[in-house]
Amino acid sequence: MTQGIEAPEIETRHLAAEPTRRDTPGSSRRLPTLGLGIVLPFIVLIGLVIAAVLPSWIATTGALDMDPAQAFAAPGAAHWFGTDESGRDVFSRVIFGTRSSLLIGVLATLIGLGVALVLGALAGLGTKAVDFGVSRFLEVLFAFPGLLLALLVITILGPGVVTTTIAVGLSAAPGYARMIRSQVLSIRRSGYVEAAIVQGKSGGYIIVRHILPNVAAPLFVLATLGVGQAIVWASSLSFLGLGATPPDPEWGSMLSQGRLYIGNAWWLTFFPGLFIVLSAASTTLLGHGIQRKLKDR
Amino acid sequence: MQQTTQILDKKSQPVIKVEDLLIGFGSKQRVKQTVHGVSFEIYPGECLAIVGESGSGKSVTARTLLGLNGTNAQIQAKALELNGQDLRSASERTWRTVRGPQIGYVLQDALVSLDPLRTIGQEISDALRIHTKLSSADRTAKVLDLLEAVGVPEPQQRINQRSGELSGGLRQRALIAAAIALDPALLIADEPTTALDATVQAQILDLLAARKRAGTSLLLISHDLAVVGKLADRIAVMRAGELVEVGRTEAVLSNPQHEYTKGLLKAVPTNKPRGTKLSTGTVTISERHHELIASSRGKGQAVDAGLPVLVGENLRKIYRNPDGSPRVAVQDVSFALNRGKTLGIVGESGSGKSTVARMALGLTPTDRGTVRLLGQEWSSLKEKQRRPHRSKITTIYQDPLGSFDPQWDVARILGEALGAGQNLSRTQRREEIKRLLQIVGLDDSVASRLPLRLSGGQRQRIAIARAIAPGPEVIICDEPVSALDVSIQAQVLDLLDELQREFGLSYLFISHDLGVVQHISDEVVVMESGRVVEAGRTSEVFAHPAEQYTRKLLSAAPKLAVVQS
Repeated sequence: MTQGIEAPEIETRHLAAEPTRRDTPGSSRRLPTLGLGIVLPFIVLIGLVIAAVLPSWIATTGALDMDPAQAFAAPGAAHWFGTDESGRDVFSRVIFGTRSSLLIGVLATLIGLGVALVLGALAGLGTKAVDFGVSRFLEVLFAFPGLLLALLVITILGPGVVTTTIAVGLSAAPGYARMIRSQVLSIRRSGYVEAAIVQGKSGGYIIVRHILPNVAAPLFVLATLGVGQAIVWASSLSFLGLGATPPDPEWGSMLSQGRLYIGNAWWLTFFPGLFIVLSAASTTLLGHGIQRKLKDR
Repeated sequence: MQQTTQILDKKSQPVIKVEDLLIGFGSKQRVKQTVHGVSFEIYPGECLAIVGESGSGKSVTARTLLGLNGTNAQIQAKALELNGQDLRSASERTWRTVRGPQIGYVLQDALVSLDPLRTIGQEISDALRIHTKLSSADRTAKVLDLLEAVGVPEPQQRINQRSGELSGGLRQRALIAAAIALDPALLIADEPTTALDATVQAQILDLLAARKRAGTSLLLISHDLAVVGKLADRIAVMRAGELVEVGRTEAVLSNPQHEYTKGLLKAVPTNKPRGTKLSTGTVTISERHHELIASSRGKGQAVDAGLPVLVGENLRKIYRNPDGSPRVAVQDVSFALNRGKTLGIVGESGSGKSTVARMALGLTPTDRGTVRLLGQEWSSLKEKQRRPHRSKITTIYQDPLGSFDPQWDVARILGEALGAGQNLSRTQRREEIKRLLQIVGLDDSVASRLPLRLSGGQRQRIAIARAIAPGPEVIICDEPVSALDVSIQAQVLDLLDELQREFGLSYLFISHDLGVVQHISDEVVVMESGRVVEAGRTSEVFAHPAEQYTRKLLSAAPKLAVVQS
């Protein structure tokens, strides 16, 4: 369809071929069959990552290059995704926007997980009083819908890309934290932690070697799901004019600006929207795919 | 396979007749055959027991008689008849008239077989509601009768209780009541007593025997020959989907023909003195291993050989119920474990055995009394002070899988147990792991596998390898074989025995199974509701029990002697 998606396909095939070669000779282990549900989103994501890292390789023009004579050109050979009110190439802007959207998604999830890990581990490993305090605090946060919490944070910190990232991360944290807490609690009482105590292992060793890795495994999957969610939230905030500021290319703010012309230039909203859906759907599908794989392991 | 069976009543027609039954699972292209041509019949008022290890296909065979094997089961048979009715191509509608009115089914685990949200009265009256036209009041009366018949005390109250409020024995009784509600001609009981204490097990077996006397045919499924010996008229021994031996109970037990049956009989630990080998395989620990283990555990402070290695004095643990009332877990329990010996602690579930084990391991603090390890204070120490000496006392759990980190492979599990104390290089560590695996009779190749991928017996061997890795003096064995089949149990018990003889290990061996305790312990402590009822040399306690409770336990324990009904 586009260069952005075709080019990496070769890359993925190459990657996929490698474990196959490693597994075949004499290995009794059954070859892991990767379903379409994992391969397809993986290909899309690789494409998006390349677009994020090296947008100038793919984009046909600069993100801010204006050509008023070409304003509102429909999608065609010259401008694949058409042009906007200032004659900027929508395809190039979408490609350049990938970086901030993906970065916000990933960083926000990492921030969320980081905060959640601290709170969850504190509650799960701490004394009863600590657990009580942290749990009640999380419940208060839970009373706010996620996006509202993000809005609150932005109101305090002011709009911008960095604050959007922090806001989205913080608003995702309570959900993660509660899961980590219950996970830590159940692992803490597990037979293998007791076995480690009987072996004379110290508390620190047990936390680092047994509890954290076993908390992390399901968390990794949850994080993949969270990235998709975070991209959508970040775009929503930009759409409201609280995230990336025009004219910087960002999918959410492009949607917001294109909304004015939705009657006569559908491509201004359609393509950024398509990429939001593509990226969110592929990270989510990949997350679910990995989750299923781990389950039948 | 077709033994000429002496039929109790030759005139009558068999209740169930199975001929050349083949069962496979899977799709059309890849069928995994699990049962290969099994034939048997059961006559009115007769009890047939199918005995075999887990995975031998005995449960699958039983479920076929109820049409419960699901849609991906491929079933073929020359005959599959219930009172002359051909069931080979029975529809689901036909099966519904079979299950309940004609064949009753008692499952192994009553806790998961009963709906936790419904009262047992509702559960039992289901069958009556569907298959009879009794009024609601009549059904209740009938349920009360049934509960009475299966020996549930105070049926008036029990009828309104849910499965979570009942003990294991009562749950099993309720399940049997539901199975016999419609007075079926055949009752199938799949491991009906496996999860139960010996005394409760005996009661359930008595109950099944009463049904048999009342004319019901029984199909009993079990892995334990000693259990079925009491009840069965005939025994069919199943292995890998085939019946290797079928015959009258006395004949099979006293004069087994097939090697496999002989192995199963040999595996029963009851009345086999210490040191008798139970498994057919060989456990050998080479001289080199011996030296290696001796050197790795040596260097410890020399302890007076005459002193007991582990002593518990007046141990007490009292928990609080949610309403604040005290619940005595352990009260005034004392014991002494001598070097190189095994001290068995026996008692029913809830008798406080496991609490004693946890106190010995320093996992549960004592309310009163002390545990001393190798003559030193142990239970009163702070965990930090205990840590350096932890390698002297290790443990083997009932559920080995739960005691292994699910992400760790065998090599890492054993490597952890070898510990930081012994400064080993990477290659030394690998050698050491290999050696441990050899000692417990496992192949090197399991080192890279996850415990989840191993069989129950292999897992317990890994648990044993882990327990001996740091070179301990004492191993606390908390029900180490109760989750295993009799034949695997035999191998594990033999291995423990061998290790003890080779390395002078001392075991605190906790079990609810008197047969196992009798076989493995030198001395025994009998516990009831947190107290020691009787203690002494195993041979004396078992031969001349002084206390009523011990006698009750002993009489309930299944024995291999052929009992004529």
